[in-house]
Amino acid sequence: MKKLMLGNAAVARGAYEAGVSVVSSYPGTPSTEITQEIAKFDEIDSEWAPNEKVALEVAIGASFAGARAMSCMKHVGLNVAADPLFTVSYTGVSGGLVICVADDQGIHSSQNEQDSRLMAIASKVPMLEPADSAECKHYVKTAFELSEKYDTPILIRLSTRVSHSQSLVQLSERQDISLREYAKDTAKRVMMPAMAISRHKYVERRLDDMRDFAEQCEFNTIEKKSKKIGVITAGIAYQYAKEAFPEASFLKLGLINPLPEKLIKDFASQVEQLYVIEELEPVIENHCKAIGLNIHGKDILPRTGEYNSGMIRKAVFGEQIETHNIEEDIPGRPPVMCVGCPHRGVFYLLKKLRFIVSGDIGCYTLGALAPLNSMDLCVCMGASIGMAHGIEKARGDSFRKKTVAVIGDSTFIHSGITGLIDIVYNKGNSTVIILDNSITAMTGHQDNPATGYTIKSEPTKSLDLVGLCKAIGVNRVTIADPFDLSGFEKILKEETQADEPSVIIARRPCALLKGVRYPGALRINENCVTCKSCLGLGCPAISVKDSKVTIDATQCVGCGLCLKVCKFNAIGGIKDESIN
Amino acid sequence: MNQSTNIMIVGVGGQGTLLASRILGNVAINSGYDVKVSEVHGMSQRGGSVVTYVKYGKEVFSPVISEGEADIILAFEQLEAYRYFKFLKNNGVMLVNIQKIDPMPVITGAARYPDEIINKLKNTGADITEVDALQAANKAGNAKTANVVLIGLLASKTNIPKGVWENAIQQTVPQNFLDVNKKAFEIGYNGGVE
Repeated sequence: MKKLMLGNAAVARGAYEAGVSVVSSYPGTPSTEITQEIAKFDEIDSEWAPNEKVALEVAIGASFAGARAMSCMKHVGLNVAADPLFTVSYTGVSGGLVICVADDQGIHSSQNEQDSRLMAIASKVPMLEPADSAECKHYVKTAFELSEKYDTPILIRLSTRVSHSQSLVQLSERQDISLREYAKDTAKRVMMPAMAISRHKYVERRLDDMRDFAEQCEFNTIEKKSKKIGVITAGIAYQYAKEAFPEASFLKLGLINPLPEKLIKDFASQVEQLYVIEELEPVIENHCKAIGLNIHGKDILPRTGEYNSGMIRKAVFGEQIETHNIEEDIPGRPPVMCVGCPHRGVFYLLKKLRFIVSGDIGCYTLGALAPLNSMDLCVCMGASIGMAHGIEKARGDSFRKKTVAVIGDSTFIHSGITGLIDIVYNKGNSTVIILDNSITAMTGHQDNPATGYTIKSEPTKSLDLVGLCKAIGVNRVTIADPFDLSGFEKILKEETQADEPSVIIARRPCALLKGVRYPGALRINENCVTCKSCLGLGCPAISVKDSKVTIDATQCVGCGLCLKVCKFNAIGGIKDESIN
Repeated sequence: MNQSTNIMIVGVGGQGTLLASRILGNVAINSGYDVKVSEVHGMSQRGGSVVTYVKYGKEVFSPVISEGEADIILAFEQLEAYRYFKFLKNNGVMLVNIQKIDPMPVITGAARYPDEIINKLKNTGADITEVDALQAANKAGNAKTANVVLIGLLASKTNIPKGVWENAIQQTVPQNFLDVNKKAFEIGYNGGVE
């Protein structure tokens, strides 16, 4: 039976059919659904780890213990997991070990656009790149065999348009894979200098073997058509190129690290004009140039953003499709914090009190946008806390009192804890606001160590954020409700003035969580003087229509934050006491 | 050059465009086509501009649609219809829900919501059909079925039999909301009237 499946679901299916038994991941768009789908299989032990480094280490341990194991993450997550990645390349595996990494060409939901193929090259780990859901399943399944055959972890490179596109997949049964025997092997698995020196030599030999494999492997295929144009491509770029060059011959590369030499040269010798079509970095192009080929690639196509067939045709053939033209400026529609979002109260106050805000990665990064405009920095997961400390070190105490770090609960657990330890250890006095909305929200509501539930919704110990901060050595830890604006404002002023480190836990659940109920739509009454102070909240339900402030009843949930901002008692529709 | 039928579903994050694209995907498979559906997850789902591509035909390669390549655009909101109009083929069809949702730059006063969008679209000579999907969904009994009203309207513009659409809805929507969704589909199929 063929089934329409997301690329991510097909990756999960491939791992399932390959008999994987342990999967540990950290959520990150566009990779998240792989592990969510994995969690539906009772035969697989799956988990959300606190971060990608731990996730990969869990998978490595499972592999050493003889099981087939997998870890999945987004491109920037692989940076976090780079430390174990580079050395598990040396140790090799026992049970097959597959690492899925999803790139985000076009930066739909990330902080940068890095090309994970460069990580494969740097870590000397072989990488496969599927181009649709059927290939996702097939490549992942085969990756486990290759991992065991060549004694290497295998990277699978995905991208937004592969992970989040649905296409048809043929399902098969799960293979019955038994645990490999556990045998102690210090020379191979304890990486200290003497052992690592010889393992590095092994890694180079393995890469040579993989290069031989690349010359004849089933993933690198030639489609012969016209001799005029030959296209070398891989992954999602193959799909764009197939539409752009319907008559051309193709060399489609499925194994993208290491790359073949003879196969590419043979293909090149059969065509007149050669194009390399690949998004982001010129990885295949540089390889082709290094083996002496004359090709077109980044000379006509950009190194940034996503491609599509239309832009490739335009770049190669100068072809311009006629489209309907609109002269008018169309206002953008950036994402916004949802109606009822608990973060809105915090950012409203940070703006009001003019704090310098060292921010982090999550839904709350939207606090940087108008009208809240209250985030100064956002670099990577967990960075808010270290950066706030750095600001204090650079500019001193009075500047520190105007600065806060803002970080989500899951992000704090991911990599904020060590920053807080640094502040305490090195005598900093920063204030850290942990936005505890009881879920990992941006990636679509995953549980985390503080929610009290596992990926399979089983009850588990819930991390005590207050106890943790106190154990680190922060004496001032306060829990506050971000919708209690006056109470929160008072705490903010006190904590930032204190001459020691402090943590404010802003606790209110994500408005999209099941069980979070507000009393329903509010409305503007006749007291409204159109002062527009409620518009400063950046609530998508409040707007001005015909010079009057209105609340969109189809959107408003009645969280009541606007009531607290309104000085004219001009918002009604529910009983005030029901809002808390 | 491009043999597939290319449909775009555009709207605002949270309007139910994903469910609509999944119904459409099932319609295409049940009709025996190769299918690709490209979705949007993550940050843009938070009230941002969202676009889903559905392509079906004998063999589909790219999951995305380039400017000037869409046969049909199903727009859940007027401004989003306007934004993605350049993706419509010159002989393409656009179906527009007349709902307006102010984006944040309009709410803050940094930008103005364009006037008379539907008339401007029609003045280009393009094939535009508008519908009040929210009102139709309320008639069906649930404002959240506006997406299925629009699917109904879309179904009436294709040559795929009605029963295939009805089966796909049955496959896709939760069982306890099936009746109201069937009603919404019917109203949409009749152009928005009961």
